[in-house]
Amino acid sequence: MGLLSKKDAALIKDPLFDNNPITIQVLGICSALAITAELKASIVMSISVMFVLGLGNVVISLMRNIIPSKIRIIVQLIVVATLVIIVDLVLKAFAYELSKTLSVFVGLIITNCIIMGRFEAFALGNGPWRSFLDGIGNSVGYGVILIIVGFFRELLGSGTLLGFKVLGDPIEKTGLYAIGYENNGFMLLSPMALIVVGIIIWIQRTKNKSLIEEH
Amino acid sequence: MGLKQNLHNLKEKYKGTKMAPAFNAIHTFLYLPNEVTHGGTHIKAADDLKRTMNIVIMALIPCLIFGMFNAGYQHYAAIDGSLRADVLANFFTWDNLWIGIIKVLPLVIVSYGVGLAVEFVFAVIKGHEVEEGYLVTGMLVPLIVPVDTPLWMLAVAVIFGVVIGKEVFGGTGMNILNPALTIRAFLFFAYPTWMSGDKVWVYDAVNRAGTADAISGETILGSYAQNQEVIYSTWDKFMGFIPGSVGETSTLLILLGAAFLIFTKIGSWRIIVSTFLGAAVMGLIFNQVVAADVITESSKFYGLMNTVWWEHLMIGGLAFGAVYMATDPVTASQTNKGKWIYGFLIGFISIMIRVFNPAYPEGVFLAILLMNVFAPTIDHYVVQGNVKKRLKRTKVKTA
Repeated sequence: MGLLSKKDAALIKDPLFDNNPITIQVLGICSALAITAELKASIVMSISVMFVLGLGNVVISLMRNIIPSKIRIIVQLIVVATLVIIVDLVLKAFAYELSKTLSVFVGLIITNCIIMGRFEAFALGNGPWRSFLDGIGNSVGYGVILIIVGFFRELLGSGTLLGFKVLGDPIEKTGLYAIGYENNGFMLLSPMALIVVGIIIWIQRTKNKSLIEEH
Repeated sequence: MGLKQNLHNLKEKYKGTKMAPAFNAIHTFLYLPNEVTHGGTHIKAADDLKRTMNIVIMALIPCLIFGMFNAGYQHYAAIDGSLRADVLANFFTWDNLWIGIIKVLPLVIVSYGVGLAVEFVFAVIKGHEVEEGYLVTGMLVPLIVPVDTPLWMLAVAVIFGVVIGKEVFGGTGMNILNPALTIRAFLFFAYPTWMSGDKVWVYDAVNRAGTADAISGETILGSYAQNQEVIYSTWDKFMGFIPGSVGETSTLLILLGAAFLIFTKIGSWRIIVSTFLGAAVMGLIFNQVVAADVITESSKFYGLMNTVWWEHLMIGGLAFGAVYMATDPVTASQTNKGKWIYGFLIGFISIMIRVFNPAYPEGVFLAILLMNVFAPTIDHYVVQGNVKKRLKRTKVKTA
């Protein structure tokens, strides 16, 4: 990559695979389970987190030398809360139906462990440009998993993708439904999201043996 | 040269290769292997895993055969109610058996075919021998599903149950949850319309729904849950001439199977007895609630709460679950005291779910899965309690 130095590129690449916030660090699981029943919600959630984490990391990084360390958590919370409220209001204004689907989970981005984790672990000790890259990398790593889970849950659970009936109409009995196929209701329940995330972790560790911890 | 010798030669030929476990499995399943124990072995027992599994399967065969006849009997009796007047004359007929053969045998074949295929794939990937663990699960699964379950659903559920319920934990003997019940739970949550309601329990009731030939496939629990009278006598309920999952209706045959398992020391009598005990206690509590006029007849729980406690033991899947599912040695409690607690809570919670679950009036599989999760905790406290007791004893002596 010509644009980024090797060290900077690693900030983006690592969280995608070998240091993925969901499958390796197992952070941000709550929202990954709650809102992935539809692909659209997963995508919007990923973009929201990218906005909050990318911008939040820059803001914290710019302030890192003037924040007294005793109250740094409060400052971080204020920053993330401000950004989340912006996202929430934008969603309510331009995508009201979707904001109802996401309901409380937009607000709960504040408590998403990935965000506070990156503020603490990275933005407080690095410059704004590197913090921005780190924020984007981690939120994309988060988003990729959300979208994979959302894809399978919506496809197998409702037979649709982004609302399009890709497998045929379950009531009219067209497409796959004509030969007796039925939607898997289990996919719409949160436990199944946990199992799908578990399967992704399983596949990832089978591909990359170095991720398996020693016992 | 017989089949056995052929298999043996094949086995020798593929020794050490990737496919070796597959040939070994077929050979061991059909015949006694030629290998004998060597070296300094001092403890010899006749019951290996294969024999244990085979005994459970033998205990299940009567339930399966009965279930095949019952599949046909329920179908014809639903069409012509007068058949129920003389059950014995109309039960063991070729017509009934034929429906059993075309409806129940495919369930058994799909269950074994898909389940063993998954086991073979995992054995080849992991490079270990195929484990016998699926032999019993494969027989249990067709017995605990409704007779009209579509085969592809069963196949999907079996893949899920064997992979997620067993293989991810490390295969046979390492699983936390009973694989057969994991499969049942998957079916229930994934395809609820095929696992509950008043249509799926009798062959062809689903297809006939809404037509002039419509027949009812309501189970006894379903009727009670809607505060309706049931047409079946106590004798029918005990013998199993009632609609339900394929192999769990006959309490008599299940008790015979239980006696066989206890006699061969495969099944734990403590778990079986305590499960029935727990169910009876919960049933009695509900009976007392009704007797004390706490709820009225208009309550939606009235029908099942008012069911006499000993009737709870005969209807639904309780007896089958207590004898064949709760006693699974891998997922049950290991300590004797723990087995009493484990079984008692299974029975207790089963009846509680049965009465209070609004969507589906049966809770045995949920109760057993729940207690599977708690079994190690129960064992832990039983062992710790014993350690404490013994420490106390030594202290008294030294002091």
